[in-house]
Amino acid sequence: MEFRTIAELVELAETKELPISEVMIQKEMIAFDRSREEVVNQMAGHLDVMEKAIERGLNEEGLKSPSGLSGGDAQKIRAHIKKGGTLLSGADVLDTVSRSMSVSEVNASMGTIIATPTAGACGILPGCVFTAAERLQADREAMVRALFVSGAMGYCIANNSFISGAAGGCQAEVGSATAMTAAAVVEMAGGTPAQSAQALAIALKNMLGLVCDPVAGLVEAPCVKRNAMGGAIAMVAADMAMAGIESVIPPDEVVGAMFRIGRDMPTSLKETALGGLAATPTGKRLEKRIFGRDA
Amino acid sequence: MKYRSVFDIIGPVMIGPSSSHTAGAARIGSAARSLFGRKPQRVTITLYGSFAKTYRGHGTDIAIVGGLLGFDTFDERIVQSLRIAHDEGVEVTFIESDETPDHPNTARLLLEDELGTAEVVGISIGGGKMEIVELNGFELRLSGAAPALLIMHHDRYGAIAKVATVLAENKINVGYMQVSRKERGTHQALMIIETDQSVDKKVQGEIEKLEDITSLTVLS
Ligand code: SF4
Repeated sequence: MEFRTIAELVELAETKELPISEVMIQKEMIAFDRSREEVVNQMAGHLDVMEKAIERGLNEEGLKSPSGLSGGDAQKIRAHIKKGGTLLSGADVLDTVSRSMSVSEVNASMGTIIATPTAGACGILPGCVFTAAERLQADREAMVRALFVSGAMGYCIANNSFISGAAGGCQAEVGSATAMTAAAVVEMAGGTPAQSAQALAIALKNMLGLVCDPVAGLVEAPCVKRNAMGGAIAMVAADMAMAGIESVIPPDEVVGAMFRIGRDMPTSLKETALGGLAATPTGKRLEKRIFGRDA
Repeated sequence: MKYRSVFDIIGPVMIGPSSSHTAGAARIGSAARSLFGRKPQRVTITLYGSFAKTYRGHGTDIAIVGGLLGFDTFDERIVQSLRIAHDEGVEVTFIESDETPDHPNTARLLLEDELGTAEVVGISIGGGKMEIVELNGFELRLSGAAPALLIMHHDRYGAIAKVATVLAENKINVGYMQVSRKERGTHQALMIIETDQSVDKKVQGEIEKLEDITSLTVLS
């Protein structure tokens, strides 16, 4: 049960006739000498934390981050859906968006979340898994399995490229999360391992080049909204893969491209808050207001 | 492989907002605490790179101190750690360095009390994972993911073999091992041994008694 790349992971799943989630579970059991129960229960615990974060962000009144830069937008989306007017992107997409934003807002307010793969991108996977479960009438077990799929894909990305904004820009963080999530919901929807890999490639391609430029260095602006859009992209990429669409560039090569782009990205665009949106007049004004100085 | 477990990717459970600047920072703090072996009275924390620029907004300062106090990444007391440190009489000083570090998220921690000091450099490599890259001037690489023995010894032939023998006699398998020395001729070296099994007090005692061994620290 060893794999290093997405191609190896898909091949392993196909030859053993196992879903990706099962390959990941067994690999974890062998590598760390743990029982299935231990491994699966730990992940189920993570799913519970995710659910609590979603609920908190959608329901807690006046949820704001210490800086005041974020909080409350997930609830605005919910209220907008409830109003019943015409929705341009549709209630399904917006449900995902509201959940993804909710977790991201809870994170910014120093709440408890699961890093997936990082805290900055923690909204995407829960937002999509809980929305997909609602659509597909999937049970808890299928949701926990989705987290293992996402972990398997993230494992390949992390060991061949990077998963943090400081190392590779936001493409590495929100990009990786979006790609991992797209692959995860494909398995929930009954797609094949190869389709999961295609969903990953399609999603990640649309995140390439995304820089990490958080205002005042805080994981809030643009992060919360990038989580929102990451959720939306993951769901669309999953549907595209389920429709049989394939990425022209294979998944591992897209990951390789992400690595090289990240390596070439200047430091000012890697979480240092020195470039991009952080360096706009408004970004700088906010930074001054929050820290009372130029950082 | 930098990342070995699915829970390195889906995890940790943590207090936000940043896995590298909050969770990874807390883990650097708690590794430093275990390397020191007790609660310090004074801590001087120098932050470099992105840590230095953005620590206030990410709660990096709060997280490192939380880790030093022994709090886990998901312990809600982290949010109050500066006050708790103050109440417990731990004196904390922060220094923002503008030196360019090798890694953007680097912290140097100097822990002190009347019994001694420890100087630990940690980097937060993403997704809440960290590595200790320096201990008391010795370069090393330590992830804290496996139990590890850190053994100061005289830089002399046979020292490593003696330790290996004790481990073998006690059926402890070595997963990874490295030896670090500052420069030849200082006669002191640091042996870092990651083991598959944890090393109990009895075995620790046997190692400490060996000739050429000056001190032993366990990170579990
Ligand atoms: S902009 Fe940077 S801090 Fe914000 S989510 Fe993206 S990678 Fe994380």
